[in-house]
Amino acid sequence: MQQILQINPDDCTGCYQCVLACSNEHGEAFNPMKSRIQVFRFEDEGRYVPYTCTQCDEAWCQKSCPTNAISLDANGAKVVADALCVGCKVCTIACPFGTINYNADTGKVIKCDLCGGDPACVKACPTKAITFVNANTTGFDKMREWAAKTDAGSQKSA
Amino acid sequence: MAWAGKLLRVNLTDGTCKAEPINMDWAGEYLGQRGLATKYLMEEIDPKVDPLAPENKMIMATGPLTGTNASTAGRYSVITKGELTGAIACSNSGGFFGNEMKNAGWDMIIFEGKSPKPVYLLLLDDEAELVDASDFWGKSCWDTEEGIKAKHGDKFIRVASIGEAGEIGVKYACIVNDMDRAAGRSGVGTVMGSKNLKAVAIRGTCGVRVNDPEAFAKAVAAGKEVLAGNPVTNAGLPTYGTQVLLNVINEVGALPTRNHKEVQFEGAADISGEAMHEPRKSDGKPNLVSNAACFACTIACQRVSTIDRTHYTVKERPEYHKASGGLEYEAAWSLGAATGVNDLDALTFANFLCNEHGIDPITFGATLAAAMEMYEDGVLDEATTGMPLKFGSAEALTTMVEKTCKGEGFGVELGLGSRRLCEKYGRPELSMGVKSQEFPAYDGRGIQGIGLAYATSNRGACHLRGYTIASEVLGIPEKTDPLATEGKAGLVKAFQDATAAFDSAGICIFSSFAWTLEDVAPQIDAGCGGGWTAERLLEVGERIWNMERQFNLAAGFTGKDDNLPQRLLKDAAKTGPAKGKVSGLDEMLPEYYQLRGWDADGVPTSETLERFGL
Repeated sequence: MQQILQINPDDCTGCYQCVLACSNEHGEAFNPMKSRIQVFRFEDEGRYVPYTCTQCDEAWCQKSCPTNAISLDANGAKVVADALCVGCKVCTIACPFGTINYNADTGKVIKCDLCGGDPACVKACPTKAITFVNANTTGFDKMREWAAKTDAGSQKSA
Repeated sequence: MAWAGKLLRVNLTDGTCKAEPINMDWAGEYLGQRGLATKYLMEEIDPKVDPLAPENKMIMATGPLTGTNASTAGRYSVITKGELTGAIACSNSGGFFGNEMKNAGWDMIIFEGKSPKPVYLLLLDDEAELVDASDFWGKSCWDTEEGIKAKHGDKFIRVASIGEAGEIGVKYACIVNDMDRAAGRSGVGTVMGSKNLKAVAIRGTCGVRVNDPEAFAKAVAAGKEVLAGNPVTNAGLPTYGTQVLLNVINEVGALPTRNHKEVQFEGAADISGEAMHEPRKSDGKPNLVSNAACFACTIACQRVSTIDRTHYTVKERPEYHKASGGLEYEAAWSLGAATGVNDLDALTFANFLCNEHGIDPITFGATLAAAMEMYEDGVLDEATTGMPLKFGSAEALTTMVEKTCKGEGFGVELGLGSRRLCEKYGRPELSMGVKSQEFPAYDGRGIQGIGLAYATSNRGACHLRGYTIASEVLGIPEKTDPLATEGKAGLVKAFQDATAAFDSAGICIFSSFAWTLEDVAPQIDAGCGGGWTAERLLEVGERIWNMERQFNLAAGFTGKDDNLPQRLLKDAAKTGPAKGKVSGLDEMLPEYYQLRGWDADGVPTSETLERFGL
């Protein structure tokens, strides 16, 4: 079963715990600038939105890489092989979402690798705004909510 | 180690920036942030210095945990001699500025001297530069923050700045970071303005490292679990913010109302945390938009709100239709109960303006309350104030906050703070504060311990130096009777010492609703190394308290300044559970001095000083 990160901004407080867990998990200490997940704070609306790689099935980053440094791992993550990455940054241009980025300290690109199947951001989130769920049923919770609303509506009209 | 190990010394007179290693012997005795920066200040300035003279210094300091993933570890403090008080000042702020300083590789920044022209410090990791600020001088904190980010084309730069208030010398100007977080009290922004320093802009990419990552992860996870399991930090604060207190403190009979003439406010429910959740008539939306977190905080108590677009304050001013920070309990009280105003939108507007232009809403509201009492007593007339200043007038509040921020009309006089204002008009007894700093939102008659905490606070009246409310009202760590004076000397001392340690670690004092030093010590020990226990942290806290006391004594304060206004000592509370009570300060203070190891005049004995190596 493939699992993916599901992000619900309604529950995010903008605390950066996911960001800190990510950089720390990847050996970069506590360093938001080196995190594979970022939280964007839209202060004027009071909204806080975590954002990271969605692990595209046909991944632009992977297709554009001239050295075949990006591959699919057993957990469904597109991962970068540092030994093959030459730091050309073509993938950062190809990715439509901006979620693969160059790290000038190492000369390699970094992106979400789902932490080998146990994402640190999920464990760190205090409000469960980020969950790791079955990729095939990500909409089921929303469907359930709407099913309840629809049912309530139909009961009233009956 | 969790310390970055270096400080930046910025000489504004010469325009130079130099890196220095942190004195690690001092770090072992004072930990960081409040403690360590105060130690530097003690060593480097004469406590008798005029706060606005170039010889005063201003230190922005982080703690060892700042910038790590320990919950609430994004704090920094501004330490200087305060302009409002003339005492040691240490104003603590959250948001995302402190962690950015640490991530740029700095434990603290010491500002000395005075720049010949307005400048801001631009700090990009190791590169420090003083940049001409003439484009930003005369602008608000909001415009300055946005302007600096736009100028450098970098949205990730974090900015702490002063608004017009800090430039024109409002005595209680604050330093605002991240639009609505502030080093708020004692006039630290006034000191910054006197140095022609408009802002500090930081971008950090170095990363924050800890001594033992494995042990640190374990200790931090355990700490988070405690916060997640405590009803105050997992439900009360996220749902209602500090505003959870407004109705509670009103019920207790300790919500100072109309310049402390009363202790219960009939309009409390209208300006409470619960009211912020109520849908309003105009658009069906509540005042509260969301709760938000500061850096690394798993509590997330911050209120983010909007003003009703049909409200008279913003009907013609769409720039105030966006969401912003507030109301927190202190501002809701000072702008509301203290002035007798129960208009939630007027309070929110006034709070936004305090953030935008950089003034402390506690001192502003309390000063306006004193002016309102003088107006109603006929000491001030309309020719002087420019408009009727009656208790309960929302128009007076929203007009005067703008005039004070911008230094217009009677706002210039309100910018003096209540002590100077009331002295000027011959009614010094109407200033409700200690050491020239106004009381926060708890009355020392209805809650006896907090009265002693105010009287003895080293930075003037303050709830954040020894928050006995936790025990006296909320029952943390155990319930004490708010009306009793017995045992309060020891309670106040215990809270003061522990708080100094929390503040010096780089974490938020709100974590102490759930954490004791036993929860904090393992995080510091794993982060810093070197054997940190709860006992050692408590000793550090007591050392800091005594050092701050030494600063104030050297600045000219005496035991006589550990006092409360006559109103709290002579005029009994009129209603509520404390009806008939005055503050029993005289029953508590001698025991407090004794427990502190101070003589009858409040001076630390030589044995006490020796015990802490002072």
